[in-house]
Amino acid sequence: MTRILGILVGLFFCFALSVSLFKGVYAAATDPAAPTAESVFHKHPRELSLASDGAFGRFDKRQLQRGFQVYKEVCSACHSLRLVAFRDLKALGYNDDEVKAIAKGFQVPGLDPATGEVNTRPGLATDYFPKPFANDIAARAANNNAVPPDLSLMTKAREDGQSYVYSLLTGFQPQPAALLKQFPDAKTPPNLHYNPYFPNLNLAMAPPLTAEGQVGYKDGTKATVDQMAQDVAAFLVWTAEPKLDKRKQTGWPVLGFLLFATVLAYLSKKQIWAGKHDAGEASAM
Amino acid sequence: MANDQGTAIPDAPAGDLPAAAPLPHDGVRRRDFIHIAAVSAAGIGGLAVVYPLISQMGASADVLAESSTEIDISAIQPGQAIKAVWRKQPVFLRNLTPQEIAKADAVDITTLRDPATLAERTTAGKKNWLITMGVCTHLGCVPLGAGAGEIKGEFGGYFCPCHGSVYDTAARIRKGPAPKNLEVPLHSFTSDTIVKIG
Amino acid sequence: MSFPWAQQYVPTSPFMRWMDEKLPLPRLIHGAVGPGFPVPRNLSYFWNFGVLAGVCLVIQILTGVILAMHFAPNAAIAFDSTEHIMRDVNWGWLLRYAHANGASAFFVVVYIHIFRGLFYGSYKAPREMIWLLGVVIYLLMMATGFMGYVLPWGQMSFWGAKVITGLFSAIPIVGTPLQQWLLGGFAPDNAALNRFFSLHFLLPFVIAGVVILHIWALHIPGSSNPTGVAVKQESDTVPFHPYYTAKDGFGLGIFLLVYCAFVFFMPNALGHPDNYIPANPLSTPAHIVPEWYYWPFYAILRAFTSDLVIPFTHIVLVPAKLLGVMAMFSAILLMFFLPWLDTSPVRSGHYRPLFKKFFFFGLIPCVLVLGYCGGAPAAEPFVMISQVAAIYYFAHFLIILPLVSSFERPDPLPFSITEAVLGHDGRARLAPMAAAATTPDAAGIAPAHPA
Repeated sequence: MTRILGILVGLFFCFALSVSLFKGVYAAATDPAAPTAESVFHKHPRELSLASDGAFGRFDKRQLQRGFQVYKEVCSACHSLRLVAFRDLKALGYNDDEVKAIAKGFQVPGLDPATGEVNTRPGLATDYFPKPFANDIAARAANNNAVPPDLSLMTKAREDGQSYVYSLLTGFQPQPAALLKQFPDAKTPPNLHYNPYFPNLNLAMAPPLTAEGQVGYKDGTKATVDQMAQDVAAFLVWTAEPKLDKRKQTGWPVLGFLLFATVLAYLSKKQIWAGKHDAGEASAM
Repeated sequence: MANDQGTAIPDAPAGDLPAAAPLPHDGVRRRDFIHIAAVSAAGIGGLAVVYPLISQMGASADVLAESSTEIDISAIQPGQAIKAVWRKQPVFLRNLTPQEIAKADAVDITTLRDPATLAERTTAGKKNWLITMGVCTHLGCVPLGAGAGEIKGEFGGYFCPCHGSVYDTAARIRKGPAPKNLEVPLHSFTSDTIVKIG
Repeated sequence: MSFPWAQQYVPTSPFMRWMDEKLPLPRLIHGAVGPGFPVPRNLSYFWNFGVLAGVCLVIQILTGVILAMHFAPNAAIAFDSTEHIMRDVNWGWLLRYAHANGASAFFVVVYIHIFRGLFYGSYKAPREMIWLLGVVIYLLMMATGFMGYVLPWGQMSFWGAKVITGLFSAIPIVGTPLQQWLLGGFAPDNAALNRFFSLHFLLPFVIAGVVILHIWALHIPGSSNPTGVAVKQESDTVPFHPYYTAKDGFGLGIFLLVYCAFVFFMPNALGHPDNYIPANPLSTPAHIVPEWYYWPFYAILRAFTSDLVIPFTHIVLVPAKLLGVMAMFSAILLMFFLPWLDTSPVRSGHYRPLFKKFFFFGLIPCVLVLGYCGGAPAAEPFVMISQVAAIYYFAHFLIILPLVSSFERPDPLPFSITEAVLGHDGRARLAPMAAAATTPDAAGIAPAHPA
């Protein structure tokens, strides 16, 4: 009885699926999906290799400091970094006094202790990076109706995180003539900027890194646009995963110990089972 | 018979081992060694896992970072006190009157439960600024006496209503169950009107 | 319980004797996973996965209870409290990654465990109850995993909650009120997050309870084995301890190596980037997918793209949305009927030539393809491929299995487990001599026998 019912239910689902499949095939054959500007011109990010890549990779602190400088002098005008506190910057190699000085350079929201009115005060090491806009509405109003996303987790919140950030920052270009020829309706609207690494090709952010030397690196590294993009991508890998170094440093001893313990477990198992697989005796136990 | 390991390996309790055909004595020993090593490795691994599981309950990095706070004391008149918050706990900042200072200095400290002079409990040259934790050393209640109109107890300092500990004008324990004087947190004057705690 | 030759528990000390009288826990353990539980001697490494699933449950409960000490189930701060765990709590990153990847590890292990049962006929008499309880565990796991994924309150969390509760809105008449009841509102918000947290905390303990029943039911007939032949004699079995404790210990080591490689070196490989974006009720992620372990069923859900209509009219018999939801739930629930759909008296797929072909060339590729399509964008050709694969999925369990079990001529079975291991029973009697001739040198240390 179960089998008969089962076969009937099975036939029902198979029939319903066949209907869907038939209609799908028919639609695909008679009305194939037309290509769109995005499907043709969107590019996969260019690969960015960083010191922190791979199982043995560690952060390059000098690069992180440079990336932080790019964030501070360029990105922070529009993008928040709300999950990162100034005290966290010690991981970049700054000492306590340098961290305090950096924090003091930012104005964070505060309250007037006498009147209780909202004001700003110089940041403390325990403060988090302040948001450039009071709220999303203010951000939208100031940025051509687009909210600049928070950057704390950016490299974990996008496919190919670091490569995406790097490619996007260096990928601004004039709209290709071939695109306009194939898709005349897909012309980049005014106030948007063409970038083939952005999913829908046009984004509200204007090219942020435009000129060599836009940021004056203190360590003598030449601040090319490509270098700045790499550095800020590296910095954003750190903001998204500040415990990356510790994670890998912990991981190797753990794996090493497990390997050792597993070998011991294997030897122990092998001795216990000796003779049981092929020539075990019936009366042993 | 010599053991290749060169050391004597203790025999494991017989009950833990597979009962199989008897082997030569040293064979049993070497086999034991593998099992003991394997079980020990599992035990060590288990203990190592416990460490993060315990450590996670400790204060997190953001809590530990809240280490100092700065307080403006310019508005506190002699005889007044304010309560501030440091590490999520109350701090009493009190501007002592000359009478209160004299009263504190008049006490023979050898008679005290937790001997200390007012000078030891304040910053040199700022003897009128008595800065203590507002946490009773008995069981952690907040004593009365810092807020306007609160009773200050029979010694004119602080009085803890929970179990009746009484502190004097130097916030020293004088009566009741508390074992210690109110704790003086690490503090420094960054200017005449700003005191930094922590 | 089980076999007459099972070793009896004998307390060895006065304390253990006292304990045995007051609370015979050692006796229970002795009979459950100790020397008192005879187990077929021929179990392959596929039989390790039951114990590994239990280990995964323990890992999840342990890390989960700890994460709950730091997590705040409030829509306003859930995302930030998760990041607080990652950034500020001592070893918080390890605990969260262990928990997130632990869920994946649990499903990997359970899927292997299920497919082992499917191939070796572990669902057949006398083990139907073990199978039914196992399906219950699997359903509870799916519910728990789904609600856990909602908790960090990222984009995938939010939209997952919306889409999965949306499944219930397909039910005629009561659907929409039901969805609102599940969410405690019109869209996922604080009410939903809080109840999901509560249930996500509760269900693992329910799972643990059903696991105990699952193991209890296992101890009635004893473990199945790769030949599917029932245990006949003492030589067919070995005591669980030390034989299978040792083998499970080794298997556990391998499992932990793989698991820790993920936790420490690619902790986000199995997650979705969008869940690192805080929930935004106004914007759906471009490519919304559940966690990988739901992909085959998600593909079945999406495979139904056409309403069933009465031909030459526009009267809809069953809308596509309802069909998809019915099919998705049926795809799981049909597992409950498996013992009565496959009526072949032969358990192990090894001795079923036709079944074996359908299993390896039909079912396995079908589920892998469904899984791949479920994770792919809802576009062609993935929809068509998943439609073909879904047809096979239902055909396999509901049509092919019942028919094959009627028409198939199984291969000859070995007389006993001992024979399957040793070639034939005669050789068993020669075994002691053979064993004596072999020098055990497993440790790689020079043989200590002076010969």
